[in-house]
Amino acid sequence: MITWTPIIEKEKLTPDAGVCALVNGKQVAIFFDRKTDKLFAIDNYCPASKANVLSRGLITSVKDVLTVSSPLYKEHFSLTTGECLEDEALSVPVYAVRITDGMVEVTA
Amino acid sequence: MKRIIVVGNGMVGHHFIDQFIQQDKMAEVQITTFSEESRLAYDRVQLSAYFSGKTADDLMMTSPEYYDDNGVQYFVNDKVVSIDKAAKTVTTAQGRIESYDKLVLATGSYPFVPPIPGKDQDHCLVYRTIEDLEDITASAKESKVGVVVGGGLLGLEAANAIKQLGLETHVVEFAPRLMAVQVDDGGGKILRDKIAALGVNIHTEKNTKEIVKGETCRYRMNFADGSHVETDMIIFSAGIRPQDELARSFDLTLGERGGIQINDQCLTSDENIYAIGECALWQGRIFGLVAPGYQMAKVAVDQIVGSGDLAFTGADMSTKLKLLGVDVASIGDAHGNADGAQNYVFTNEADQVYKKLVISECGKKLLGAVMVGEAEDYGTWLQIYLNDMDIPGAPENMLVPPAEGGAVTMGVDALPDSAVICSCLDVTKGQICAAVQDGATSIGDIKTITKAGTGCGGCSALVTQVLNAELASMGVAVNTDLCEHFAYSRAELADIIRVKRIKTFEALITEFGAGHGCEVCRPTVANILASFWNDYILEDDHLGLQDVNDVYLGNMQKDGTYSVVPRIPAGEITPDKLIVLGEVAKKYGLYTKITGGLRIDLFGAQLHELPEIWAWLIREGFETGHAYGKSLRTVKSCVGSTWCRYGVQDSMSLAIDLENRYKGLRSPHKIKFGVSGCTRECAEAQGKDIGIIATEGGWGLYVCGNGGMRPRHADLFATDLDTDTLYKYIDRVLMFYIRTADRLQRTSVWLENLDGGLDYLKDVVINDKLDLNAELESAMAENIANYQCEWKTTIESPEKLLRFKHFINSEESDTAVQFVEVRDQIRPATPAERAGQIAVLEVS
Repeated sequence: MITWTPIIEKEKLTPDAGVCALVNGKQVAIFFDRKTDKLFAIDNYCPASKANVLSRGLITSVKDVLTVSSPLYKEHFSLTTGECLEDEALSVPVYAVRITDGMVEVTA
Repeated sequence: MKRIIVVGNGMVGHHFIDQFIQQDKMAEVQITTFSEESRLAYDRVQLSAYFSGKTADDLMMTSPEYYDDNGVQYFVNDKVVSIDKAAKTVTTAQGRIESYDKLVLATGSYPFVPPIPGKDQDHCLVYRTIEDLEDITASAKESKVGVVVGGGLLGLEAANAIKQLGLETHVVEFAPRLMAVQVDDGGGKILRDKIAALGVNIHTEKNTKEIVKGETCRYRMNFADGSHVETDMIIFSAGIRPQDELARSFDLTLGERGGIQINDQCLTSDENIYAIGECALWQGRIFGLVAPGYQMAKVAVDQIVGSGDLAFTGADMSTKLKLLGVDVASIGDAHGNADGAQNYVFTNEADQVYKKLVISECGKKLLGAVMVGEAEDYGTWLQIYLNDMDIPGAPENMLVPPAEGGAVTMGVDALPDSAVICSCLDVTKGQICAAVQDGATSIGDIKTITKAGTGCGGCSALVTQVLNAELASMGVAVNTDLCEHFAYSRAELADIIRVKRIKTFEALITEFGAGHGCEVCRPTVANILASFWNDYILEDDHLGLQDVNDVYLGNMQKDGTYSVVPRIPAGEITPDKLIVLGEVAKKYGLYTKITGGLRIDLFGAQLHELPEIWAWLIREGFETGHAYGKSLRTVKSCVGSTWCRYGVQDSMSLAIDLENRYKGLRSPHKIKFGVSGCTRECAEAQGKDIGIIATEGGWGLYVCGNGGMRPRHADLFATDLDTDTLYKYIDRVLMFYIRTADRLQRTSVWLENLDGGLDYLKDVVINDKLDLNAELESAMAENIANYQCEWKTTIESPEKLLRFKHFINSEESDTAVQFVEVRDQIRPATPAERAGQIAVLEVS
């Protein structure tokens, strides 16, 4: 059974930025893109820099793919697939995210 | 299929092999190469870069993978020791026997060590291979003084190397001047003065008689004239000799003084054996440069699998180099040996520049040239020489441009298509233009397609000129768009934002851009907005634009923790405040280090600790140091006339005042200031974006200096300024820089790219050429008036503080952040240590 963990009210999120949530022991990076009014959730661990920092990266579009640019060495990870655009061998898990009654919820 | 054996895998041997690969001829041949060194070919020309941080890997020109992929068989650490010309086989030191159809000797050269008694002791070294450099580095660790025997090109490179290793450096030369082959007496004198001024001791006309045990150092070198020098290590760099041992042993014809004799086809006295590069002797000459070696390689390849039409016809030995930071160039007949040759000489002892032209009797042709101290015109002059073109105007105007009408220049348009632009790789102007016609638009494209500029790099400026001229002739404007989201340059966007008074990224991209934005345009626009309006950068409208460090007002370190850098204006700090920093560091267990900019860095703070730490610091009177921003960093200062018995002005008060005036000013890149209280320049102001040096008459202002990756001395902008005028000039220079620079462009590069350069900047700032000064000053005043300590604003905003936690929904911290203790302080644990293999500290 899928369990959704409530994280924070959506209105408390800063637009075009990420936050990190602790969900069942996992670190989940949640991003809020203002332009499309969409939320994205991927793992917070950056496999390239080996640190839990992806939520602190800049949201950027690379040829129309919405990505987060890892803050340490700037690899781009797709917010929808978790793939690293620079290195096929690297990717991060993607998690489901939704809004219920103004509350951001994640499964992980 | 022809079996080819290449003896030696140096630059030329590799170039020979690479020609088959590049020309797609590998199906016709089976190539085997042997190297007695442990590595495949590396860039010997750039050897000295090893001492400025390049590794052996950086210098590699090929790799086992590249040879494997292309079917080249290779053996390192194995030397060919015999040739059986009749059976057409070679035997190696390890007993390997291989047969060939064609044998290519590319054995290079070895350093000549004069037969001086005592030369074979420890710490007596040569400078030729990466192993030699490793030996030099090891020896330098046990030495204080080093001597280089030989004041030629390689000798001076070796001198540079041991100087960089921190040794007291001497150069001993037999001839009366340095670089005797390339430079004449006049140039030699300036070169000597310049190198001596760098702290290298030059001894010319010294014939070393013996090397004996020293009194103050390991050795003493006794010279024939009775003098001596004491040293701990000796590097012999007294010329090269062709490595012709193999040819000598197996009866190939040699020259009288060595070298494997070759004909125009690079063939030796055996019809199946070629010799190329520094081991080969052509018409009695050895060519000790890489470009002729590459030409020989091309000829040999053409003989083996091509038309057989190519011939080696000699090579131009003109060179340009930077030795110990001094530009030296030599073209053609540098000594004016030709009949009727006339010399034109320019000497500027103040700036230490020497230039000589050797002109033909008819006064129209350039036969040779020497340049020391400044060699900007080398590319142009070389082309005139190589293409036998008439010189433009009177020879003296080539040396010193006439006052009226500007410099005598010869645009690249004047060059014929056959002009060789890159002599290392033998690339002509026509080939570069053809690449542009085929779509190349950048210097990177040109390098990839034509290989021009990938050798010694001396032709880069000329290649760029040819590229730009060809682009211009095709009507292609050079693309200065910021990124795919904005079809404007940074300077244009800055104008738009300023004139239209645009306050947010959304407003800008909606009206003037497209799409979502990226990590280029978002931080750039955030930076421009901050420069002009100076709003709080973590406002909701701006936060998502900020670069990594700006978002959390700290510099993110490799483990995701942050550094904390409070402002300590001009490095002046009370004991009480110093104690506060110590207490903070101790309480939070932060790694503490004093920076190069006179302040104190505290490392290892986690996100949730930042607000507590900053609240404490602010309570004690500190402010943010903006170490995370593209903004004013530090104003470095000496104590000046308050304490120093030499100081002539109060540099300390000025520096503090300047730092407080410009703190928080966001700019295209970081900005550093320096203020020295007298001409001794202890604050190193000339290495800063804005440098101020006190004189009896007031302040001297220097602009656009830089340390870092590409150091640049600041230019003197104005002298004897009073404090008010000084501030006005700095206001104007900085605001003009903010308006017109490219993104991430330091002031040094900005000035170098500014049309009209320093004179133009002076015209704008001092003479108000653009009628802009009032506007620049008021823009600066507006910025200063809107200054805020971003950390103070942040700790007073509960909603902003929400983001300063590792988890938005939990008070826990990141368990992956772990530290190890080194010298009683922390450092981040390595991945292996974190994986539990090695003990780490408990994190509170």
